[in-house]
Amino acid sequence: MYGLGLFKGLSITLKNLILVNRTNTIQYPDKKASILDLAKNEKKNLILYIIKNPLNTVKSFLGLISITQHAPQHPRFRGEEFSWYEERCTGCASCAKYCPLGIIKIVTDQTGKNYQEGQSYDIETFDIDIGRCMFCGLCVEACPYDALHMGSGFEESQYQRDNLVINVEKLKKTEKKPSHWFRPQLASKKDYSPFDDEVKWDSVGRHQKPTQKDLKNKWIRSDIE
Amino acid sequence: MSVNNELVTVNFGPQHPSMHGVFRMRVTLDGETIVDIEPVFGYLHRGTEKLTEERTYVQIVTLTDRLDYVASMSNNLAYVSAVEKLCSIEVPKRAKYIRVIVAELQRIASHLMATGFLLQDLGTFGTPLMYCFREREKILDLFEILCGARITLSYMRPGGIFQDTPNEFWSELETFMDNIPGQINELESLITGNEIVLSRTRNIGVLSPEDVINGSLSGPMLRASRVKWDLRKANAYEIYDELDFEIPIGATGDTFDRYLVRVKEMKESIKIINQCAKLIKPGPVRNEDVPLVIRAPENEAYAAVEGPKGELGFYLVSDGGISPYRCKIRAPSFMNLTLLKEMAIGGKIGDLIVNFGSIDIVLGEVDR
Ligand code: SF4
Ligand code: SF4
Repeated sequence: MYGLGLFKGLSITLKNLILVNRTNTIQYPDKKASILDLAKNEKKNLILYIIKNPLNTVKSFLGLISITQHAPQHPRFRGEEFSWYEERCTGCASCAKYCPLGIIKIVTDQTGKNYQEGQSYDIETFDIDIGRCMFCGLCVEACPYDALHMGSGFEESQYQRDNLVINVEKLKKTEKKPSHWFRPQLASKKDYSPFDDEVKWDSVGRHQKPTQKDLKNKWIRSDIE
Repeated sequence: MSVNNELVTVNFGPQHPSMHGVFRMRVTLDGETIVDIEPVFGYLHRGTEKLTEERTYVQIVTLTDRLDYVASMSNNLAYVSAVEKLCSIEVPKRAKYIRVIVAELQRIASHLMATGFLLQDLGTFGTPLMYCFREREKILDLFEILCGARITLSYMRPGGIFQDTPNEFWSELETFMDNIPGQINELESLITGNEIVLSRTRNIGVLSPEDVINGSLSGPMLRASRVKWDLRKANAYEIYDELDFEIPIGATGDTFDRYLVRVKEMKESIKIINQCAKLIKPGPVRNEDVPLVIRAPENEAYAAVEGPKGELGFYLVSDGGISPYRCKIRAPSFMNLTLLKEMAIGGKIGDLIVNFGSIDIVLGEVDR
């Protein structure tokens, strides 16, 4: 019958309209909070929460409360907020050489200080121009000492392009929440999530932290002791 | 009263709501009938081929993401195959399977987008496009699990892929594979029987087998015109010779056939992914002998894969340095676009956009 195809199509759109389990919209960054969400957010028992916050309970039933939530992201996400560990970085500039766009600028100490084995250069400049960065992650792949890691954010907007350059002070100050990208040692850590936890420099690398004894054996000649 | 019947020239694009990307057509019209078409492109030209000459072989992977940005995985695959051929690099078995899985996922995503936009061009406002995008979104989520990005993936490296899959990928893939056949069937029953779609696409923009072969077309465009040619069978790269799948072909070579071939190809891709997911075994995914900065021997190589839009090839010439001396990209969208004139002249202007949509071009690849 002519026109049957149209009705068949319309029945499918109707099905998608009515069936609730077919909704795919993700509420971000704010989500209307149910009473369960609120209790979970404050890490409290549901009943305890209702007793303590009767006002919020009523409000949430009326749909007046919203909570902020993460966009659903995988920990491997390559985002901005590079995590850079001063303690690990030797200033080798592999990352700068490997960047396809050449947007990493590294200047090490120029005083001509006599560096000994085991020491690392002082980094004076470490600029990443994330206004031009494409978050390919090749710099992270190239870093031989696991000093540079990708972050997970994507919401950094600025009024001026200059503010998009992350310099060494900014890199030192940011919270260190490295992404799992190209860092299997972080992915294999059971309870580490780049959205909540910070990692210290000594547990982020692919190598074990040397014990005090190892260091002593390596750097201090026993016959002098 | 005399009728004024002079020809009218209309500039279609580069910024036009029904245009794909920044393509421009100068259309000469006699009333509603198209007399001549002159394509104008280059608005998205970024000089990719030239840029490759000053980047190392691995850095170029990031450039290939930006060619056909709807199917980055296929571009990655084509490029790394060319480098592997140039430097005779071995690829571990597991990496080959993963590459085939992601390439087929990408094919589904690209075909979904092609179908969605073809229907959008037909005037089915929004609904089928949103259904297609809903599924494509799930594929992008899978890619995010694999490589941390959704569009510009940079997933593959010469000698394999950059890192092994996380464990949760396989369960996610399984959930996705359970759902996708139903969703494609839903899309098909929404569209294929629809009388309006049929009357708008049947016998519109017909291309004969001779036309498509002379125009050196490839991909679904070629197969819709009854030519059974698929690089996955004809030149089984990666591990396609171990897999069992069909090459769907069309009946008449009209716009409707091109749509149908794409839908059938998606179903074949599902079959391929399921087989790969069964066959894959643990093992290394990256040839560790390949350094970060590759110095290729003085040589030249051409490698092509069957991308979602057709034969996507990279021709690399090396002079022994760390970056290619010359890189030529055979972009399927560009080749397929050449027959737009044959399809459209003599037709009505309303069909022009439908014909154009059925070619499925991505301007990033046409202009490069
Ligand atoms: S992510 Fe890519 S573009 Fe950005 S700084 Fe690193 S290598 Fe350069
Ligand atoms: S971040 Fe890594 S690659 Fe870059 S200079 Fe420091 S140690 Fe070298």
